[in-house]
Amino acid sequence: MTEDKRKVVLPGQLLGEVSRQKAGHGTFIEDGKIFSQRFGVLNDHGEYLDVVPLKGKYSAIEGDFVIGFVIEAMSSSWLVDINAPYPALLHVNEAPWKVEFGETDRYLNRGDAIMAKVLPIDETRKLQVTLNDRNLYKIKGGHLIDVEPSKVPRIIGKKGSMIALLKTYTRCRIFVGQNGRIWIDGPTEGIEKVLEVLRIIEDEALSFGLTKRIEEYLKKDAMDVQ
Amino acid sequence: MTVIPSIKSDYLGKLAEQGKRIDGRRFDEYRKIEIETHVVSKAEGSARVRIGNTQVLAGIKMDIGEPYSDSPNSGVMTTSAELVPLASPDFEAGPPGGRAIELARVVDRGIRESQIIDVDKLCVVPDEKVWMVFIDIHILDYDGNLFDTASLAALAALFSTKVPMDRFKPLFEKLKDTCPSINDYLQQHPTDYPLPLREPPISCTSVKFNNVVVFDPSLDEEEIAEGIGDVRSHGARLTVATDEKGHIRAMQKGLNGSFTKEEIQKAIKASIDNGNEIRQILYKSVGKK
Amino acid sequence: MKSDIKLIDGHGKRLDGRKADELRKIKIEAGVLHRADGSCYLEWGGNKVLAAVYGPREAIPKHTQNPLKAIVNARYNMASFSVEDRKRPGPDRRSVEISKVISEALERVILIEQFPRTMINVNIEVLDAEAGTRCAGLTAAGVALADAGIPMIDIPVACAAGKIDGHVVLDLGQKEDNFGDADLPLGLAPRINEVILLQMDGHLTMDEFNKAFELAHHGCLVVSEMQKKALLEKYESVVQPEEVVQDVQPEESE
Repeated sequence: MTEDKRKVVLPGQLLGEVSRQKAGHGTFIEDGKIFSQRFGVLNDHGEYLDVVPLKGKYSAIEGDFVIGFVIEAMSSSWLVDINAPYPALLHVNEAPWKVEFGETDRYLNRGDAIMAKVLPIDETRKLQVTLNDRNLYKIKGGHLIDVEPSKVPRIIGKKGSMIALLKTYTRCRIFVGQNGRIWIDGPTEGIEKVLEVLRIIEDEALSFGLTKRIEEYLKKDAMDVQ
Repeated sequence: MTVIPSIKSDYLGKLAEQGKRIDGRRFDEYRKIEIETHVVSKAEGSARVRIGNTQVLAGIKMDIGEPYSDSPNSGVMTTSAELVPLASPDFEAGPPGGRAIELARVVDRGIRESQIIDVDKLCVVPDEKVWMVFIDIHILDYDGNLFDTASLAALAALFSTKVPMDRFKPLFEKLKDTCPSINDYLQQHPTDYPLPLREPPISCTSVKFNNVVVFDPSLDEEEIAEGIGDVRSHGARLTVATDEKGHIRAMQKGLNGSFTKEEIQKAIKASIDNGNEIRQILYKSVGKK
Repeated sequence: MKSDIKLIDGHGKRLDGRKADELRKIKIEAGVLHRADGSCYLEWGGNKVLAAVYGPREAIPKHTQNPLKAIVNARYNMASFSVEDRKRPGPDRRSVEISKVISEALERVILIEQFPRTMINVNIEVLDAEAGTRCAGLTAAGVALADAGIPMIDIPVACAAGKIDGHVVLDLGQKEDNFGDADLPLGLAPRINEVILLQMDGHLTMDEFNKAFELAHHGCLVVSEMQKKALLEKYESVVQPEEVVQDVQPEESE
């Protein structure tokens, strides 16, 4: 079964049975059988099955760190686009500033970008984010790009190995939001290098030994510069 | 609804100051241009044009109709454009808005005013029956620079067009009774023949933001110039159609920013150079020269 | 409309050389558009169709929002140059009706309760038309929805059967549609084996209906396999077994 673990599955495809395994994310149950809801990659964790979509909107999960764009400053909150089906609400109580009623636009305005954390999601799926956590703030300078949210784990790499590599070789600061938005800051040449590598990762997101190959690529490039 | 984070426009502006663009192009450089003709069998002519990720399909339909009273011996042409919601999350269904109409009119002007279609050769019965040429532009994928992609698609479609003599045979037979003079036309054109065309001017579009002028704007560059998001520098757009001799045949300035005379002169020169290159791509794709 | 054209000969051969139970040539490609969340290009005989999916995203105008589920807006549109005589751009009564029945068919398979207050827009553009565009459109929409990562219980598919010169045949071509006796477009959720779209015009006996239904049903299953193949082909190349990392929180460096 090992080699089947990375199988691509289609909506409605039979994956297993409830009597043997639990149905995880991206699956549904019908008559005791587990089916895939999404076009994605099947992960067989033994105890349970889940399907990670290959493409699609970001589905917010409590505790995710994301990059949001302020859509509108309202009287006691901000409306923030986090690349999900719905905009998220950032209440003044969730911001690190003492904001007077009606003065939200003195702190954040339309077009501003923030790093935020997703708060618990209720059954009506109204999304809320907070800035009250470590290292969360309004982003200034640098550059922002979008990738498929499903590719985010790849870009981060095993225990953050890919990102660590990129940071070392390009001397850029990088923040990868779980919602597929990536912020990069540093010298223009460094930012360009990061963009180049991200494009490679996106194209080959699931192929073997990627981290190693990227390291060799970055190393070679660094030597050329010297 | 789309929010462009100001960081993005700031970064593109910063790059521009260093003489760079986000995708590594020179300021006057186009993305890859691809032209494919004869893509719709029901149409008299058709072409699918890609500039980068932007894709436009143009189709030509012809019909017999009545001439305008001020030009009784000339064919009639009409250009329409649909910004169908297939092409962008920001396009909405419904009747064409200002944007679609401006697009259609700029493409129309580039073709009409430069008289690419030899309308005098599209007369079937003087004073009574002429060919009507419908140019319909369908945007499939919108990633910036609709003006040039749509104009080029319209041109390539026109060059692939055959006047549908066979399809209209039944109508011509009927007309023989009421308008015997149709026989002259039918004798000259017994079967389908290529639409009579002249040398085409080529449209080249640039936008200005952060005081630089870039050609073939990508979506990011276009949106920043359009001021989506709270950008302080007002952008401007310029489309210049030039012919083989390097003469200017149509122009259109858009958006709420402004150009200096020097910028316009420079843009015209770059339009002539790019136009010549694009014309060769067009000719190659339609098997001309 | 009746004519003297013989649509099927004594050996059961049709005008375009097909047998009674033979489909036209079909080509399906997934993920063809850059801007759309999911897309599909489909050629079915002389039909050329593009489908693009956007969403789910907050439904506008706001009063259309449903607090319990997503609304599915399919929009079937024919390019003005896709037919013999130029069609006026924009929706007519026919395309509004087709859009409605396709929207409803798609709602059956999409897990709409996962996205309350949103809309999922499915744009179907017919670029070249040769009979059977609604089946081609629904089939393309099914692939585009899967490509967009929309959760579904099944990938919807459609195929028509009909009657020409008294014979029940699969997948009518242009002349067969114009001069035939009946047309039966059928939309199917193939896994649960239930009908999601059904229309009929013309004249069929009960026996003929049963036969036409069987043919169309069989056609759906054949096309369904092509849909799956198109989806897998597009993405299989980038997916190979590897150490995959999940659940890693992004960290910020100083």
